Amino acid sequence: MNWWNRPATETQITHGKRIWLYTLAAVIMLLLIVPTLIVIPMSFSDSQYLEFPPKNWSLRWYFEYFETLKWMNATKTSFLIGFLTMLVATPLGTMAAYALYVSGHPAAKAIFVLLITPMIVPVILIAIGTFYAFGRIGLNNTIGGLVLAHTALAAPLVMIITTSAFRTYDMNQERVARSLGASRLKAFMLITLPQIRFSVITSALLAFLTSFDEVIISIFISGGVNATLTKHMFSALRDFIDPTIAAISTIMVLISTTLLLATQFLGNKSTK
Amino acid sequence: MLLNEKELRRQTFLEQWNLLSLSLPSILVIILIIIVPVGWLFYLSFTGKGGDFSLANYEKMIIYKSYARVFMTTFQVSFLTTLVCILMGYPLAYFMAQLSDRMAAVCMLTVLLPFWTSLLVRTYAWLVLLQKKGILNDFAIEIGLWETPIKLVHNLTGTLIGMAHIMLPFLILPLYGAMKRIEKDMTHAAANLGATPIQVFWKVFFPLSLPGLVAGSLIVFVLCLGFYVTPAVLGGGRVVMVATQITAILENQFNWGAASSLGVVLLVSTLLILVLAARFLKLDQVLFGRN
Repeated sequence: MNWWNRPATETQITHGKRIWLYTLAAVIMLLLIVPTLIVIPMSFSDSQYLEFPPKNWSLRWYFEYFETLKWMNATKTSFLIGFLTMLVATPLGTMAAYALYVSGHPAAKAIFVLLITPMIVPVILIAIGTFYAFGRIGLNNTIGGLVLAHTALAAPLVMIITTSAFRTYDMNQERVARSLGASRLKAFMLITLPQIRFSVITSALLAFLTSFDEVIISIFISGGVNATLTKHMFSALRDFIDPTIAAISTIMVLISTTLLLATQFLGNKSTK
Repeated sequence: MLLNEKELRRQTFLEQWNLLSLSLPSILVIILIIIVPVGWLFYLSFTGKGGDFSLANYEKMIIYKSYARVFMTTFQVSFLTTLVCILMGYPLAYFMAQLSDRMAAVCMLTVLLPFWTSLLVRTYAWLVLLQKKGILNDFAIEIGLWETPIKLVHNLTGTLIGMAHIMLPFLILPLYGAMKRIEKDMTHAAANLGATPIQVFWKVFFPLSLPGLVAGSLIVFVLCLGFYVTPAVLGGGRVVMVATQITAILENQFNWGAASSLGVVLLVSTLLILVLAARFLKLDQVLFGRN
């Protein structure tokens, strides 16, 4: 019996009868992945104009990118803000997750809902709201203001990922440590944290990416020397098309691919 | 004994508050970035030119037809995007849910990679693919779908294609999770009792996957309502959604009251949809597609 006639599921339908499903799935997967990766060949084009496939290959847009002060400054800003957001949001989100999971306080649920509001409120509203509020207290166009705003977006993600890690973790281990004389902090650091570290690292990477890729808030509250990469990219996309964006996009795809594979790898490790 | 009990209760109480205080830094950030600014906008939207209470901003929405058009466009784009996502996401999630774990993980990368890639990058890619001299037009002419290059971008078509691509993972991830949780025994039993594969699908599998489908669709729809970047770039100024209108009002008229009132309408509709959904599904399920 060959593959074609073999049952595909527990319902006795054969692979042959479901070939349309496999074809459809393959097409949809291609539609998902191709537009994501197509910027890579595009970035090596020699042409002024947007074209695919490129007729002549060159590295000119990479030179353009690395030699333009505007792009370099923006890249540095984006990395800095992403990094700082990660450093702030990861402990904040983990602490909140721990607090709400362990305390069993009646208010915990309400606080949880409050903390995930950044995922519910449309980002455009957060953007103009912070722009207005930051205008009053002079935080617009500052690194601190951006980190704060991005932390609000990233901390809930961290909290959700670490909460699900706590759910699979046996809290009694921490109780044992404490009954043996460890303080709560020591028990957490020595017993709990090492066991949920993969989730914490994953959430940290996601926090970085959340900030690094964030567009709308950055458009409003970043500017001048502290404008982010996404802000410049957005205005370049809307107003005139600069092929340098293809080079930048390729670098961004590489960053996200690396981080994604890292989390997949970590995920495998933590389930073993 | 009684004293001891009292003391214990007091200590539990203190400990609970101590623990809860660990969430304080996050709460402060949320108050500073979400509650205060959004509350401020709320206030601005109800304030007239003289600083007094006024409904003028909301009255304008009813009087002027341009607002109605913006709301219609927003609703239309969100609805169509969600529909396209369902039509594409369901078969793919269904396909992946039946693969072995290893194969599913590989296929899942095709969903996760776009999900993790900046939406600016993907919007840019579509801008190039869909242009008049782009690969899509060339290909369609090559195989005879149409004869002269047609305008696929800077209009509704381009916006829909780009948005569907960006939103698809948001539908697939919760849906896939829901499908994975369906017990194989259910479909097996149905087949064993004589149901044809099509009956098994429609009478057993599909109803069981519905919570995941509803959760994913809601997430997509709600995210679409407030979407800004892709319509602004791929719509080329022709697809004016609420978020686009808000920024336009701020850029051109610097009218905070009008912009805020639109924002408030957007927020209230989002909340209404989520609250309605929460009546049927758990909030957790709506937001993260979890059971």
